[in-house]
Amino acid sequence: MAKTIDVSDLDIYYGSFKAVEDVTLTMASRSVTALIGPSGCGKSSFLRSLNRMHEVIPGARVEGKVIMDGRGLYDVDVDPVLVRRDIGMVFQRPNPFPTMSIADNVLAGKRLNGKRMNRAEAAEIVERALVSANLWNEVKDRLRKPGASLSGGQQQRLCIARALAVEPQVLLMDEPCSALDPISTTAIEDLIHTLKERYTIVIVTHNMQQAARVSDTTAFFNLAGAGRPGHLIESGSTPKIFSTPDNPATEAYISGRFG
Amino acid sequence: MATQTEPPPATDVWPTASRGSSRVRHSHHAPTVILGASAVLAAGVLGLSGWVDPVGAVALGWLTFAILSTALTATLRGRRAAKNNVATILVTSAFALAILPLASLMWVVIEHGAPAFNAHFFTYSMRSVVGAGGGIYHAIIGTLYVTAAAAVISVPIGLLSAVYLVEYGRGPMAKALTFLVDVMTGIPSIVAGLFAYALFVLFWGEGTRSGIAGAVALSLLMIPIVVRASEEMLKLVPHELREGAYALGVRKWRTVVQVVLRTAAPGIITGIMLAVARVVGETAPLLVTAGYTDSTNSDIFSRQMMTLPVFAYQSFKSPGVPPEPGYERAWGTALVLLIIVMVLNLIARLCTYFFAPKPNR
Repeated sequence: MAKTIDVSDLDIYYGSFKAVEDVTLTMASRSVTALIGPSGCGKSSFLRSLNRMHEVIPGARVEGKVIMDGRGLYDVDVDPVLVRRDIGMVFQRPNPFPTMSIADNVLAGKRLNGKRMNRAEAAEIVERALVSANLWNEVKDRLRKPGASLSGGQQQRLCIARALAVEPQVLLMDEPCSALDPISTTAIEDLIHTLKERYTIVIVTHNMQQAARVSDTTAFFNLAGAGRPGHLIESGSTPKIFSTPDNPATEAYISGRFG
Repeated sequence: MATQTEPPPATDVWPTASRGSSRVRHSHHAPTVILGASAVLAAGVLGLSGWVDPVGAVALGWLTFAILSTALTATLRGRRAAKNNVATILVTSAFALAILPLASLMWVVIEHGAPAFNAHFFTYSMRSVVGAGGGIYHAIIGTLYVTAAAAVISVPIGLLSAVYLVEYGRGPMAKALTFLVDVMTGIPSIVAGLFAYALFVLFWGEGTRSGIAGAVALSLLMIPIVVRASEEMLKLVPHELREGAYALGVRKWRTVVQVVLRTAAPGIITGIMLAVARVVGETAPLLVTAGYTDSTNSDIFSRQMMTLPVFAYQSFKSPGVPPEPGYERAWGTALVLLIIVMVLNLIARLCTYFFAPKPNR
């Protein structure tokens, strides 16, 4: 069910400001692609443009092509809401809905889209999503408790379960561990390893070790200076990028000499 | 040749009282002792001068306490502690001054209004009553109907305007609406009443009076309050929750209804309750629009309708013969209004308490 995303010649604008310029990148199915680079280089903007989430910000637009499954995500007859059901997203800070229980949070994607389910169906969806997110054993006895009663790491896995319950093809993760402690981070990284067998995963991270640990492909973004658009400097298999990158800037960034 | 690590030179890192003979700490009882001493001193002075006035005594005692404790703090603990003492006394005095009128108002209203309370007072209207007897049943019914109708008009309009402003409004249109809401907040209530009266004259002719006209007048005052309160509450909903819903492929209107409004609901309900409490005591617009009558009228679309504030006003203006029962009914009505406002505030608090999302359990 995982799909490959092909991006070609993508420019991202916020109003008249060009945030990202000329990105061409393929994110292979059933693999993890890590986007790394200094703050402000446009990797988050790029990630958000993959499921048209950046359009939530007024004035944001893109030029170029994003193709999944032979269809352009930005074709005129494509509904951005439906794109987001195929391409799920997990955010930097866990954001479970505070008014909903753990189970209702998992079902939110289905329920808020107006899907009617009987009790058995709902229970099955909840269990499957929570098992996939590796959270089931911790919460199975308190599914009716508020989602906000969980710890930060559990909340983030709840958000992953919530995204999985919509049955997406692709999962985008925007620094999913940066607000979490090391143990929760390990839990999420293990989860990413199992999820990549079924999904295409694209992850933005500021943590070099994390990128090296979880990803198959790494893409390095950089910007020439403040107020200039971000560029994709190079991309390739993660071992290659981390051992023998082609571009000196990539090596400097990975070895911690700047950024 | 190991370099010996010298301890840093012993500077006074935490200079405490730069002035003052010693660094004496007040015990916890010190303020109480000084306050007691000031009270005795003030009482003594007043006793000797033969000038007995409770307000003066409290003021003199408090002033003595302020001066005495500040002087003492300054000598024992230095300038900074004395400044702290002065500031503490200032904010405490300001708080006492602010609470004083409220406490006094409540005391007076309860004192005068409570004697009027009995079963008769709440179950009879003023129909054919001259002098003693009679009650405020007709006014309670009128206030209930008019306020409920005002809420029915204002809540949807106010809430939807707030949703427009926070979730959809961009550019000049939203700015204009915000400005108009600000202006509406400041409309004098009598102007709202005259507007509603003029509006209903268009339909029903000169001299028309009805509960619904009163409700329209009140809703003019209520809508801006509801808009403001709801707007603030909607703005408090974290943007991450909206993004979380969008990322699940949820349509915007469903996100607004089921995530944003649901999350803000306790605050919005509180705001509505406070808006109701704000308009339930309005007199002038109801006098113009709903008029006054001695009989119970439960049809808001025709004839005059008595309301509690108008009844209180009427009972004071023309208390009847003899006037005492009229005055008593006016005070009783004032107390009923006060109780209604307090109950509404209490309900608002309870709404916040019970419906707010609880992070733990």
